[in-house]
Amino acid sequence: MVEAAATRDAPRVKMRTRGLKLWYGDKQALAGIDLDVAEHQVTALIGPSGCGKTTFLKCLNRMTDTINDVTTEGSVTLDDVDIRDRSVDVVQLRARVGMVFQKPNPFPKTVYDNIAYGPRIHGLAANRRELDDIVESSLRRAGLWEEVQGRLGDLATGMSGGQQQRLCIARSIAVAPEVILMDEPCSALDPISTARIEELIDDLRTKYTIVIVTHNLQQAARVSQMTAFFHLGRLIEVNGTAELFQSPAESMTEDYITGRFG
Amino acid sequence: MTDTARPMTSVHLSDSSRGRLRRRYARERNFKIVSVSALVLTAVFLVILLGSVVLNGWSGFLTTKLRLEVTYSAEHVDVDNPANGNFRMIVLDGLRERFPDVTERRALRALLGIVSNQGAWDVRDALLDNPSLAGTSRELWLPAATEVDMLNKGYVDRSAPEELRLIDDRTIAWVDALEQDGDLATVFNWTFLASGDSREPELAGVGGAVLGSFWILLVTFVVSFPTGVGAAVFLEEFAPKRRWVDIIEVNINNLAAVPSIVFGLLGLAVFLNVMHLPRSAPVVGGLTLALMTLPTIIITTRAALKGIPPSIRDAALAVGASEVQVVSHFLLPLAMPRILTGAIIGMARALGESAPLLMVGMVAFVVDLPSGPTDPATALPVQVFLWADSPERGFVEKTSAAIMVLLVFLIAMNGLAVYLRQRFEIRW
Repeated sequence: MVEAAATRDAPRVKMRTRGLKLWYGDKQALAGIDLDVAEHQVTALIGPSGCGKTTFLKCLNRMTDTINDVTTEGSVTLDDVDIRDRSVDVVQLRARVGMVFQKPNPFPKTVYDNIAYGPRIHGLAANRRELDDIVESSLRRAGLWEEVQGRLGDLATGMSGGQQQRLCIARSIAVAPEVILMDEPCSALDPISTARIEELIDDLRTKYTIVIVTHNLQQAARVSQMTAFFHLGRLIEVNGTAELFQSPAESMTEDYITGRFG
Repeated sequence: MTDTARPMTSVHLSDSSRGRLRRRYARERNFKIVSVSALVLTAVFLVILLGSVVLNGWSGFLTTKLRLEVTYSAEHVDVDNPANGNFRMIVLDGLRERFPDVTERRALRALLGIVSNQGAWDVRDALLDNPSLAGTSRELWLPAATEVDMLNKGYVDRSAPEELRLIDDRTIAWVDALEQDGDLATVFNWTFLASGDSREPELAGVGGAVLGSFWILLVTFVVSFPTGVGAAVFLEEFAPKRRWVDIIEVNINNLAAVPSIVFGLLGLAVFLNVMHLPRSAPVVGGLTLALMTLPTIIITTRAALKGIPPSIRDAALAVGASEVQVVSHFLLPLAMPRILTGAIIGMARALGESAPLLMVGMVAFVVDLPSGPTDPATALPVQVFLWADSPERGFVEKTSAAIMVLLVFLIAMNGLAVYLRQRFEIRW
């Protein structure tokens, strides 16, 4: 009952970490992170380089599993189920929690096959028609359909950087995720492509929960509802984006957002 | 700011600086001279090597035939049983008719010697192909004996004293007489490409060795390619980064540098002495060379897998592909051109290898063409080795010609590797 009451005021928590610690070998990269990611909101992770934002992001879909010599501690839950539990299948987890990377990384396949790959391996389409529909709707949602509908058979690696990144977003949408993690998705793009992706992120929020790592504070302010400030593997402050930027509670946050360090 | 009164001279324009610049240019020039001379030297060696092989070997692709009218007389051929005729006598009669003044027994034997032993068989084959020839005469082109072949190709020094020549004055006179009448011809030597080894140089061919090499390489590829790629994928993608994996890795790298004869000894000990596989068979040679090729394939496959950007792996994992799907859908297909290139180069090395094959008995004298991997066979480089060891003058050109055949295969394989790399490799 208490929880039900809470949902009326604040959005439901989609992912939650408690005491999340991570070591690369002997070096500690995360020193106990407690963060709630609200459903259908954009949560921005900001902080200076090497503060653990990206590492934290990778913990949310267990991409950290693929790195050697990583040890973790604490809990990460998705809909209140610990994703680090043995019962959770990592393949299924990554279908539910998609990821977009810093550098656009389309598969060296056609535009169509880039989008269709995920649905194919997860068996989301019963036949070619359904697959075509998924490809079209994913591309539409990523705002790319108008540009590529005539050349779905072209190699994706031949597109511009901005198109490639939107293709990568479409690719993660195609497997019907609940959460999309974005690791500095605009850092390799020009301002116009960046603006398009930011618009897109705002649209996507209605259907998905988004966590975005960014170096660009204006971007965090523009696209996110919640902002979390990381420093040296610690979560210094998390608050509504407007509150955090206008009246930061911690002096370190204030120093960072006013450009005194970082 | 009194210093500004001083004339403005850059430190880079001083005399010592100019000297340094001159010395730097001199060093660069010297370095280029050394590099270019090294390149020229390499080119010269290559030209000498290929030139000597081609000069010695081109005539191995040609052979001498002589025209003779033979009569399938009832005396030597039974019409009801033509296969059992005395065809040597038919050839001799033909020669006798051609050179009527030769009557003495020893001279007749020498006269018969200008036709290859194969000649009688060719006369027989002509009759079996067309039995109606019995009782008639026929003009046939018969292979000449190797001495005549050598004389015709100009390898016999006519000015040398007779006793130091392979061929005596009398025979030279016969050959000249044949040549004058247009009864001597130099034709392409199909026998050389099609047949197996022989004690007679004019009948020896690389066909058996080519087939043997083919079966060996087939076995080598079938065994080493899947094994090598599988091992490399496991080591690169799945193996935990532990100490024992490092030890395996070091050992594989060392294995690639082990002298090939050691693999031959291993093949002898394991495949022949323990497993009792057939001696001199391509299956054993192929397995032995597979052991030798395996490290090369593992190393090139791992390098190819390492060359694929990690972003592709991340992208596939992030849409929920399993590790095996990442490997089979992305890494292997993307790495395949380079893996195949490495495998072909490994195969080319195996094709040129003779030492391990000597150890497993593939040095045998094999006349028949091998029709499968368990038939006795020899390989091209071993054939070269065998012929290089033969004393007959006729085998000198055969040795070089066999090397040319081997080189053609090697160049073709390397060309295929380059083609695969150019055509299919995806660049980022």
